[in-house]
Amino acid sequence: MAPDMNKLRDEQPRFCGLESGHRACQGCGEALAARLVMEGAGPDVMVANATGCLEVFTTAWPQSSWQVPWMHSLFENAPAIASGMDAAMKAKGKNTKVLAFGGDGSTYDIGFQALSGMLERHHNILYVCYDNEAYMNTGIQRSSSTPHAAATTTSPAGKESMGKRHLKKDMLSIIAAHHIPFAASASVAYPADLQRKVRYAMGIEGPTFLVVHSPCPLGWKHDSAATIEVARRAVECGLFPLVELERGTVANVMPIRNRRPVVDYLSLQGRFGHLFKAGDPRAEEERDHLQALADYNIETYGLSGQTDDNLDTTGAGIVRRGGGGA
Amino acid sequence: MREALEGSQAVAKAVSLCKPDVVSAYPITPQTHIVENLSKLVADGDLHTEFVSVESEFSAASVVLGAAAAGARAYTASSSQGVLLMAEVLFNAAGMRIPLVMTVANRAVSAPLSIWNDHADSMAVRDSGWIQIHCENNQEAVDSSIQAFRITQETEIPVMVCMDGFILTHTMEVIDIPEQAMVDAWLPAFHFSRSLDPASPKSIGTLVTPEFFTEVRHSHHEAMRKSLSVIQDTDASWEKASGRACGGLLTVEGETDAKIGIIAMGSTVGTLREGHHRHPESGAAKLIKLRTFRPFPAEAIRQAVAGLDHLIVIDRALSPGLGGILGSEVAATLCGVENAPKLHNHVLGLGGRDIPETIYADLLASVEDPDIPAFSIFDNQPNKLAPEDR
Repeated sequence: MAPDMNKLRDEQPRFCGLESGHRACQGCGEALAARLVMEGAGPDVMVANATGCLEVFTTAWPQSSWQVPWMHSLFENAPAIASGMDAAMKAKGKNTKVLAFGGDGSTYDIGFQALSGMLERHHNILYVCYDNEAYMNTGIQRSSSTPHAAATTTSPAGKESMGKRHLKKDMLSIIAAHHIPFAASASVAYPADLQRKVRYAMGIEGPTFLVVHSPCPLGWKHDSAATIEVARRAVECGLFPLVELERGTVANVMPIRNRRPVVDYLSLQGRFGHLFKAGDPRAEEERDHLQALADYNIETYGLSGQTDDNLDTTGAGIVRRGGGGA
Repeated sequence: MREALEGSQAVAKAVSLCKPDVVSAYPITPQTHIVENLSKLVADGDLHTEFVSVESEFSAASVVLGAAAAGARAYTASSSQGVLLMAEVLFNAAGMRIPLVMTVANRAVSAPLSIWNDHADSMAVRDSGWIQIHCENNQEAVDSSIQAFRITQETEIPVMVCMDGFILTHTMEVIDIPEQAMVDAWLPAFHFSRSLDPASPKSIGTLVTPEFFTEVRHSHHEAMRKSLSVIQDTDASWEKASGRACGGLLTVEGETDAKIGIIAMGSTVGTLREGHHRHPESGAAKLIKLRTFRPFPAEAIRQAVAGLDHLIVIDRALSPGLGGILGSEVAATLCGVENAPKLHNHVLGLGGRDIPETIYADLLASVEDPDIPAFSIFDNQPNKLAPEDR
């Protein structure tokens, strides 16, 4: 009798570091990303978590969704807390891997210095940035990771404004300048790719960095059922390239099989709604601007699909809702 | 072993005797010699610790916090601007009740920029929830540093050992450095009840809703009150082991039946004692050395000042718009106490202003001087500034 593949898959022991039952919004990309990262990382870890949605929706004493040792200290010090944990593990001769988690506000802005220090000191830490491109926990304020032209509560669109004036900070290039063993971008739309990157980073003794594009239905103003689709389109249009860097050099990229125009990505989200306002000449200009940024990424990283096609969408099917464990 | 050592060097040796697992620090005058000496001990193989040389004091405090939460004995040191940059982490560490030891080489806080001593830095974080112990001299700094490691793991409250910048940190003194075997026998191995361990995962630093926040704060306050006896017992135990005590919460000396008392913290106490010794003709006073500033030993202070007509409170920090900080706290402590002494609160020695031995006579004489108000910046010389700047 042929084995029931679904049953076999269900029976597969699966470590669940972040349990279901937490208070994330429907369709939260960050909650999904964190669960996938924890599954990939396994149980012999400890986590330093920056202040943000992830910290808030997974806790509230006396409850916690974390099945691994986990600590939240402050907004801007997760890399330094993790550095201390790593030093403690070294002093005690333990091999427990330290993970540090932060959102884009924590990573790109307020904790940026501590992150740079952590990378420079070559701690054995996997740092994961859950990038939802604004300060979502405080109510959708712009960060240096917010894309150009996106409307947030501190970069609203209006008569004198087309949303955020400035560009999304090129974090991976800054990370690359630290010449750490491994840095990569990943997306919740490509869970198998994400977990492969986590597992690869887990095997490296030294600092590694992963930025995971994590849509926020509330902040991006999209249907909460569309999280994966939105994330996928960000990759497919070139605005969020999936790349891997070793020692600061591009080592691998995910080629784009079905290239889409950026409007396919933008039009799903209310934060770009002002770019589709009929009769506003600025709207077309900004759409063109974003298309140019996507084209630049595709050219810079060689994403146009000329290389071996290892585009990975197979993992999407095995993501289960509700975080049900083994 | 008795050695002539610079204060910073002596403290580094004392910390080294306690075998911290992790040390993290960032340079700032006048603290830097302490971590330089610790770095050298590590480089020479005399101290086996993970020394994490970070990119800011903020990260130094965070590194030791993360290390201690992960079950490591951890130590840091700072001063002045560094302490203020750490402030957010200091409150956080205490609120999570993480055992840590930190030396504060007390220094004024900018502006105006001053690298010299006063107590503005540790006073700025007095409400952080750390235990704060002040040292009169470098022997006390050595002994209190070792005691701090025991106090912090017993109370799960972080401990700040305050020593006057330059006056102590950069002064050579003959110091008895305890034997390693004695410290090993006296100081239990590091243990933290809630340390992070994959074998029994715990979440530390979770969000706490209004339903529980008050209770957590109350527990911290109660733990601070209970630590009063731990601090005393630890000092008594150390005296048994080493032959030296540091003064528990506070000590009373001089003419105990005198009608005037002086209460002070840190190296000022030594200056006052010497002033009394050299100029006995200036009058009799009861000298109260306040060693433990947090938790505030209110009951011990009430007992120490009983019978006094006048109490002079020396502050080495200023709360602009209020006056002295210790002065205000002593006043609050004596509020409603029958026959409480008349208070005279004087700020001295800000930003490294020298406090001479003659200050003892001047202070005693000031008690009956109608021109000197109940609060003053005692060594202020306003004529140095243009009239419009005074």
